[in-house]
Amino acid sequence: MTGDAGLAEQRIFDLDEGELERRLSETWETPRGIWGALTTVDHKIIGRRYIITAFVFLILGGLLALAMRLQLAQPEARFIGPDRYNQIFTMHGSTMMFLFAVPVMEAMGVYLVPLMVGTRNIAFPRLNAFSYWIFLAGGLLLWIAFALDTAPDVGWFAYVPLSGPQFGAGKRADIWAQMITFTELSALAVAVEIVVTVFKQRAPGMSLDRIPLFVWAMLVTSFLIIMAMPAIMFASSSLILDRLVGTHFFNPAEGGDVLLWQHLFWFFGHPEVYIIFLPAVGMVSSIVSTFARRPLFGYLPLVMALISTAVLAFGLWVHHMFVVGLPQVGESFFTASSMTIAIPAGVQIFCWLATLWDGRPQFKTPFLFVIGFIVTFVIGGLTGVMVASVPFDTQVHDTYFVVAHFHYVLIGGAVFPLLGAIYYWFPKMTGHMMSETLGRFAFALIFIGFNMTFFPMHILGLEGMPRRIYTYQPEMPWAGMNLFVSASALVLASGFFIFFVDVLRSARSGAPAGANPWGASTLEWATSSPPACFNFARIPVVAARDPLWSEPDELTVATGLRTDRRELIVSSLVEAQAEARESSPRNSIWPLLSAIATTIMLIWSIFSPWAVVWGSIPIAIALIGWFWPKQVPEDES
Amino acid sequence: MQSVLNAQAEPALHLKYLIVGTVVLCAIIWIMVMIVLAWSLLRAYRSPGEAAPETERRMGRVVLSAAAATVFVITGLTIASFYATGSLGRPESAPVTIKVRAQQWWWQFIYDEPDPAKAFQTANELHIPVGTDIRLELEAADVIHSFWVPSLTGKRDLIPGRRNVLILRADRPGIYRGQCAEFCGLQHSHMALFVIAEDNASFDRWAADQRSEARTPSDGEAVAGKAVFMAKPCAACHSIRGTEASGTTGPDLTHIASRQTIAAGLLDNTRGALAAWIADPQTLKPGNNMPMVPLSSNELRQITAYMDSLR
Repeated sequence: MTGDAGLAEQRIFDLDEGELERRLSETWETPRGIWGALTTVDHKIIGRRYIITAFVFLILGGLLALAMRLQLAQPEARFIGPDRYNQIFTMHGSTMMFLFAVPVMEAMGVYLVPLMVGTRNIAFPRLNAFSYWIFLAGGLLLWIAFALDTAPDVGWFAYVPLSGPQFGAGKRADIWAQMITFTELSALAVAVEIVVTVFKQRAPGMSLDRIPLFVWAMLVTSFLIIMAMPAIMFASSSLILDRLVGTHFFNPAEGGDVLLWQHLFWFFGHPEVYIIFLPAVGMVSSIVSTFARRPLFGYLPLVMALISTAVLAFGLWVHHMFVVGLPQVGESFFTASSMTIAIPAGVQIFCWLATLWDGRPQFKTPFLFVIGFIVTFVIGGLTGVMVASVPFDTQVHDTYFVVAHFHYVLIGGAVFPLLGAIYYWFPKMTGHMMSETLGRFAFALIFIGFNMTFFPMHILGLEGMPRRIYTYQPEMPWAGMNLFVSASALVLASGFFIFFVDVLRSARSGAPAGANPWGASTLEWATSSPPACFNFARIPVVAARDPLWSEPDELTVATGLRTDRRELIVSSLVEAQAEARESSPRNSIWPLLSAIATTIMLIWSIFSPWAVVWGSIPIAIALIGWFWPKQVPEDES
Repeated sequence: MQSVLNAQAEPALHLKYLIVGTVVLCAIIWIMVMIVLAWSLLRAYRSPGEAAPETERRMGRVVLSAAAATVFVITGLTIASFYATGSLGRPESAPVTIKVRAQQWWWQFIYDEPDPAKAFQTANELHIPVGTDIRLELEAADVIHSFWVPSLTGKRDLIPGRRNVLILRADRPGIYRGQCAEFCGLQHSHMALFVIAEDNASFDRWAADQRSEARTPSDGEAVAGKAVFMAKPCAACHSIRGTEASGTTGPDLTHIASRQTIAAGLLDNTRGALAAWIADPQTLKPGNNMPMVPLSSNELRQITAYMDSLR
């Protein structure tokens, strides 16, 4: 390693652009073919794979939703019996939360953060590969179990004692708990990678107050993951222990506590909502700024809102438990703290509106999704204020009102921005534009279909329809509206269908994009579309918050990285001054082998506690392979 | 009937006011945000160029006022919420106490008395005197359930290992439907209950009837049905006071014919429905804990006649 002086040497000064790129390609390239696919540590390849996998789970989860709507379209329908229905709604929730929403947001971070901060790869690239494989294994475990009719059937929240050994017979709840462990591992790994990438690998000059808001959002989200995950890790491990070796964490007959589960679950589960929502906020900020053609209004308030949302997220989990009979003082505190979170949310909305007010908006598809986001998310936020009130909640808790509320927050607040983000960054990822016509169609169908599907659920909830029922009697006044909702779900689904058609079509034959098709301001648009394996031939030096707008002609570049081995710049935390050159790992099969070994242990341990003992041996071997010291070419300086 | 908006008692009415008021206020806020959004999107395009520092400052002031307004509204809603919580009934003042034990997937209501001979229990139908605060002691026999009769008051969970209290009152006589609100397994969908509010005289008459032991049937078919009931596994799960049947896993059937529905609100309590239920409970309510007991059609008719005699 060398310091600043090393960078000033400008080792590649004498190379022309073509020669430089050829040499960098040789060093950074992922080999073609299956071996390359299994060993790659390129954050772009892994990120893209991660995003695609998460969207496949979105399709699967969406099909389950349609199956539920089919069953609920009429009273006393007999398409799906209670056993299968309970599996289906559990799978829908678990898939959407653990296999789609959180992973897809992290995957967007894996792909975009290194590009947006101007570095050549994510920190800990092998861990990144490992985290994808382990996520894939967890998802497959759950879905294979579903195919075998042994999927969990106790809800994505898996409340004890229903999920405990006395009532949850078979291996269903164990499979759920282990799937959680897989996603915990994966999510934690990615969170650590993103924190380190943002803190230590930013391009020279990208001080903390010049970080793009999406990167801020991913950073804050990563801290949320790191702090929230231990609660669910403890919870799912305790559940497995209760079920497998007969401990009594949650068994009141033996001194355990049923509510302990809920506290642990929601201490994780509420921040989880913001783990999904905050990256979406970052996407909205990127899109708003680009399409309003104006720097964001209120950069500092927006960052403060992200941070305060994250802090508050840990102080309001009890609002999921307002009807379990907690002391009133506690309930009052959590009412107040839950309502407080509306303040940073409001500040964000106001800042975006101000940006639009002063901008000259271009109504391209990504921007349409952002408008759809504001319209629907404000409704979700306001109903969130409603359910934060204890007396209000005692009437609507566990009814379709809540189903409506959180779909407004999760689809309106996170999926709309995500779809906008896909339209926005698709050209960067593939080099092709998506269709503007199909995009408008997809947006219209999704936006209208979504509101027709979920708005009536507010009313159904007030009319007394509980959640998680597989059928209802004809005497209940819900049939007409349920039929309407089910029909509307088809409109929503057709919008998604068009979206996926557009993705597949555009990936092959969309119009060529060019480096910066939207005229955006952040660093990822400074490199070619799709980016070369080394991201940037020369690392840009950042001198402003919107570098591509303030220096439209040519970015200043840092030089001095070697081309014959994988090197990137390590920069200081606050000012992002270049501090050192660091080598980045090469491709390796060991992350995959470690993931396979971990998978074997985790699945085996559903059946025998001894798996933890014997199963750790292959993991140890794989880790030794992973970390085996390798000869690194010496630095000649 | 089972609706938050169909409030039939004071607590539910307070909740309804809170809910309607909050919804209206939030709708107004949403419309205001939408107007600003539409306005900023439709605003005549100005010439591009540097953002004027003057505009920037003005927007700053507007955003700040909007944030202040948010704080103001949030504070107001929080206070309204605390106020509404205070109106939900005071446990210490309730003169009547009834124990509610929720089970997979039915409701057990235990009317305890200091004199155990006067205590009785019933299933899925909670009779209460009108205009009186009732103290419900909520317990769960197996998993978490939630007691919810929206026309009367908000819900409250029943949790294994804990005892929750809910104050219930009905201001008008009537039948109010409720339903388990916390997911409790296979037949969560079919776990309804009815609160039957009557004037004091009818309630006392009903309670006196319930306290009495089961009538001995006089009709020949019913007599035969009683014998079948005692000989088959029925008696292992169900109690009929005044007979040797003393099972505790299923609902007490001492006065089953006085109930309006069976199977936790699934079916009207008619002889035909009873026969269908006894003949094949697993098709009507898959997964429930009542096994299918093989009976000849004769035995089935006799048992139904016996059940029908238990008024």
